[in-house]
Amino acid sequence: MEGIWLIISIIVPATIRSATPLIFTALGGNFSERSGVVNIGLEGIMTVGAFGAVYFSYITGSPWMGLLGAMVVGGLFGLLLAFLSINFKANQVIVGTAINILAASLTTFLLVEVWGRPGQTNSVSAFSNWGPFNIFTYLAFILVAVSYYVMFKTPFGLRLRAVGEHPKAADTLGVNVQLTRYICVVLSGVLGGIGGASLSIGSLNLFKEGMVAGRGFIALAALIFGKWNPLGAAGACLFFGFAVALETVSSNLPIPREFIFAMPYILTMFAVSGFIGKSVAPAASGVPYEKGER
Amino acid sequence: MKKSLALLLVLVMAMSLFVGCAQPAPAPAEPTPAPAPAEPAKEPAKTFGMVTDTGGLGDKSFNDSAWEGLQKAGTEFGVEPVVLQSTKQEDYEPNLGNMSQQVDLTVGVGFLFENAMKAVAEQYPDKKFGIVDMVVEMPNVMSVVFKEHEGSFLVGVIAGLTTKSNVIGFVGGMELPLIKKFEAGFRAGVLSVKPDAKILVNYTGVFDNPDKGKEVALAQFANKADVIYHASGACGIGVIQAADEKNFWAIGVDQDQSAVSTKNKVLASMIKRVDTATYTMAKAIVDGNFESKILDLGVKEEGVGYSDGGNNVSAEVKAVVEKYKQAIIDGTIVVPTTEEELKAFKPVTLQ
Repeated sequence: MEGIWLIISIIVPATIRSATPLIFTALGGNFSERSGVVNIGLEGIMTVGAFGAVYFSYITGSPWMGLLGAMVVGGLFGLLLAFLSINFKANQVIVGTAINILAASLTTFLLVEVWGRPGQTNSVSAFSNWGPFNIFTYLAFILVAVSYYVMFKTPFGLRLRAVGEHPKAADTLGVNVQLTRYICVVLSGVLGGIGGASLSIGSLNLFKEGMVAGRGFIALAALIFGKWNPLGAAGACLFFGFAVALETVSSNLPIPREFIFAMPYILTMFAVSGFIGKSVAPAASGVPYEKGER
Repeated sequence: MKKSLALLLVLVMAMSLFVGCAQPAPAPAEPTPAPAPAEPAKEPAKTFGMVTDTGGLGDKSFNDSAWEGLQKAGTEFGVEPVVLQSTKQEDYEPNLGNMSQQVDLTVGVGFLFENAMKAVAEQYPDKKFGIVDMVVEMPNVMSVVFKEHEGSFLVGVIAGLTTKSNVIGFVGGMELPLIKKFEAGFRAGVLSVKPDAKILVNYTGVFDNPDKGKEVALAQFANKADVIYHASGACGIGVIQAADEKNFWAIGVDQDQSAVSTKNKVLASMIKRVDTATYTMAKAIVDGNFESKILDLGVKEEGVGYSDGGNNVSAEVKAVVEKYKQAIIDGTIVVPTTEEELKAFKPVTLQ
């Protein structure tokens, strides 16, 4: 009995810690997709966010500045996605993929420029824990509530959903489709940047190449799993976090370790293959809006 | 017009993919001694380089240590060593192939290079290769392996003499025979001085995820472990950060990792002289006596040992460890390398 309590006391905090970066990023994806722009670039945005956080913490000595820097850098990458996919109506999936590639190479390049060696940065000042978690975890849960409120209880939320479902109708009613999408995509960049920062200056205190390790994509899967709803997405993130947490106690469980290591990915596949019932994307997600087009 | 501009921008971003793999990063600027002008018409010095495993440079462990050895050889022989980093396992073979076309000796750092090394060494029989941590028996390959179990035994003794909770943790990377060697040696060391100690063993399944290392270490700490030894590459950074956060002892691996901890919570480190290995290979190629052979470095050859960069090991503990070290050198203790050998191992008390 004592053993079970011990396992629970390990798994619960580990689940929440592992879910934290996913929650930020999934919320970011939520805003972007609800407004009609698919954001495959979240993985790359997390990467630059993680790097930006370490860089700004390194030059200023303050993790708060690091967090701010991550938000700015993430927002800029969001702006790039918005610019290409809204103004130029480029294929959003391809732009997102390009952002992922750009982020990986840019951070590798800057790592050598700033720290003079590849691989990983030096340790920088990072956030310490408040109670069992660091500040990011608390922030994540606050933002889930805020996002839900904004998306479903405010006029802006109504507009952004309208823009994602039927941009023409929204436009006819005087909603600025372009501007709404811009705001949402930049916001998704900012949130993705915070997600990256929660890895680099939250749970660790350095940036390492490849440290995001597919979390951007897992967050996207969580978004689908959660049916494009902040609460659902957060729940899905916790579920993925649980799969990761299971690994840490895997030697205490009578399940083959290889199976547990594969769990997050298996769950992702289940999620995207519609295992959880019908999950309907916003109707105009991925479709550029052409004013006046029939 | 707009479309073509968009296409152009996307292309530019896609091209940036190649920035990362353009060329091997040259060695961080280090003044190489100018060749002595008194020796004209000297044959150009032999060159050497290495390919990292996915842990990459900056792991403050295995790869960095290998790189140090080559840099030392580089300054000594006036050669600028080169390094290629592998971001994924599929890079090993092309990286080895590319490197071998640029330098005389190509070193693959890590046992994961086994298959890639075999393939590339066969493809370029006139080139010389070296591999660390694995034996590849081919006419143009020199192999250096270590008796990690002996070094792990010594830090196991330190852990056993230091623990207060009587619970000790071991965090491994991938669950492979090589890492099992660390585990078996470590457990034998602990049991020799603390036969009733409980040893928690966990594997992260990877070598490159500090986050995972941290979670595993936190879980062991929650199970009352107060000394945790890791043999998990870059995951160990997370183990040491967990030690800083929760105030327990971590034991580093491969090189002295005391600098990784910001609060001096690295009790000791099991050091594996990967730098000696790469230096030896580079020296052999420069001296012209490179041959296909296997070097197996243990405590006796000073290829493995322990270090105490943070000055955390007391003199009494050190005295005991030295006794065990001597016993291993004398052959009175044969350190187990596998689970089976560990079961058969009789703890030796030498206090």
